[in-house]
Amino acid sequence: MTVPRPSGTRTASVAASRAELEERLDGAARTWLSEALAEAAHAAEQHAGQPAGQDVADLTGIPVPPPARPAAWELRFASAGRHCGGEHAAAVRALLLRTARPGQDALARLYRYGDAAERRAVLLALPALFSGPEALDLVQDALRTHDTRLVAAAVGPYGAAHLDPHSWRHAVLKCLFTGVPVDAVAGLAKRARADAELARMLTDFAAERTAAGRPVPGDLHRVLALTVPPEAS
Amino acid sequence: MRIFDPHIHMTSRTTDDYQAMHGAGVRAVVEPSFWLGQPRTSPESFHDYFDALLGWEPFRAAQYGIAHHCALALNPKEANDPRCVPVLDTLPRYLVKDSVVAVGEIGYDSMTPAEDTALAAQLQLAAEHGLPALVHTPHRDKLTGLRRTLDVVRESALPVDRVLLDHLNETTVKEAAGSGAWLGFSVYPDTKMDEDRMVAVLKEHGTARVLVNSAADWGRSDPLKTRRVGDAMLAAGFGEDEVDRVLWRNPVAFYGLSGRLRLDPPDDPGTLHEGNSILRGGE
Repeated sequence: MTVPRPSGTRTASVAASRAELEERLDGAARTWLSEALAEAAHAAEQHAGQPAGQDVADLTGIPVPPPARPAAWELRFASAGRHCGGEHAAAVRALLLRTARPGQDALARLYRYGDAAERRAVLLALPALFSGPEALDLVQDALRTHDTRLVAAAVGPYGAAHLDPHSWRHAVLKCLFTGVPVDAVAGLAKRARADAELARMLTDFAAERTAAGRPVPGDLHRVLALTVPPEAS
Repeated sequence: MRIFDPHIHMTSRTTDDYQAMHGAGVRAVVEPSFWLGQPRTSPESFHDYFDALLGWEPFRAAQYGIAHHCALALNPKEANDPRCVPVLDTLPRYLVKDSVVAVGEIGYDSMTPAEDTALAAQLQLAAEHGLPALVHTPHRDKLTGLRRTLDVVRESALPVDRVLLDHLNETTVKEAAGSGAWLGFSVYPDTKMDEDRMVAVLKEHGTARVLVNSAADWGRSDPLKTRRVGDAMLAAGFGEDEVDRVLWRNPVAFYGLSGRLRLDPPDDPGTLHEGNSILRGGE
């Protein structure tokens, strides 16, 4: 799989995101961000200069070999919270990823050695970094957790585009099970439409909850309504 | 009473403990890396453990209104296993994380050459990463272990006032206090210190630079021992301000040396975190 390269549109969008973010940061954080983005851009240039095929390892390649020394921008990625403020860390990490445009190896490393906030940032950036399913293993790893921050990020647009029907249905059910609002599920209406198997799973889950005298999540009925085939609605 | 437990192994505790701790006044914890009871055999086991201290435990703690930070290290006991030692090569990758507020627990177990090497290397890592260090004093031959620990600290790049010496007791507090280090006391049901002995130490040595922890883990231990010490201090005539100093302001000052402590209240259960409820993560 080839990794998509930045398009003109994407570059403009990164610039706009940066300007918007800089508005919210104080002077020291802006300086830090500027240095971090320069390092990320440098990494992107080096990455772009590699011969094709050099960075095409399968993301299932666990364990991911740790590099002797992480790239400078990767250390910035990890420490964004304390330098820019916890409330801005997600936006800073998103911008760093879109600027560095890491290949599959680097991205797998960032995820493997990332804390929960870093992993969430990687998951949210996937649609901007890959057009194909090559990073799907990271989504599936996140769906194996019970950390709702990761589960919610895993059912975003990338998961919606690439999860197979069985995995996607279980992801929806897991959202209901763990209390992640189904508004987090990208493309929910489109993928749920006429999905009889999803409807069966939801109905069974509701029956199990009712039998136990426990409330059925309100979102369940919402999703169930979406599974009705168009001609029946 | 607001309580910061500066040393507790929450990965070995249940969510009922988090609930009881919050009820007792605990609003912040630091979880240092330690031995799991079952020896590890590879760095990958440490990596998964570090992941838990950086991911799952803060998530669990937040559901009970408790801020969770951690200290990461190769512990003294496993520093003696050459299969585990390579974790020192990947440790720097974890020490840069936002919720890591110290290197620890490091120190001595059996006072071997391998422990010397790991202690010195990790004091150096603490200095390089702008982190203080949580240094455990050995359970056996404690006073000799303390002296040897202080020798290594003095030879290191880390100033002694960025070191917390832990598991102190009546036999080691005087020398530890004279060193200029921060003073940690673990209060246990049977071993280490108990709350009345702790109060006696506080009466004799004062509250400056003193931290009290439960060090609760998988052994016989009690995550509410910090509260018991606060109650015993009040019963013995200490004022609320002195209790607050020992149980909150001293740990905040020590771990605050990292510049990474975030004590704004974690998301309340049921509120939205980055647009998502974190209420029921494990249900």
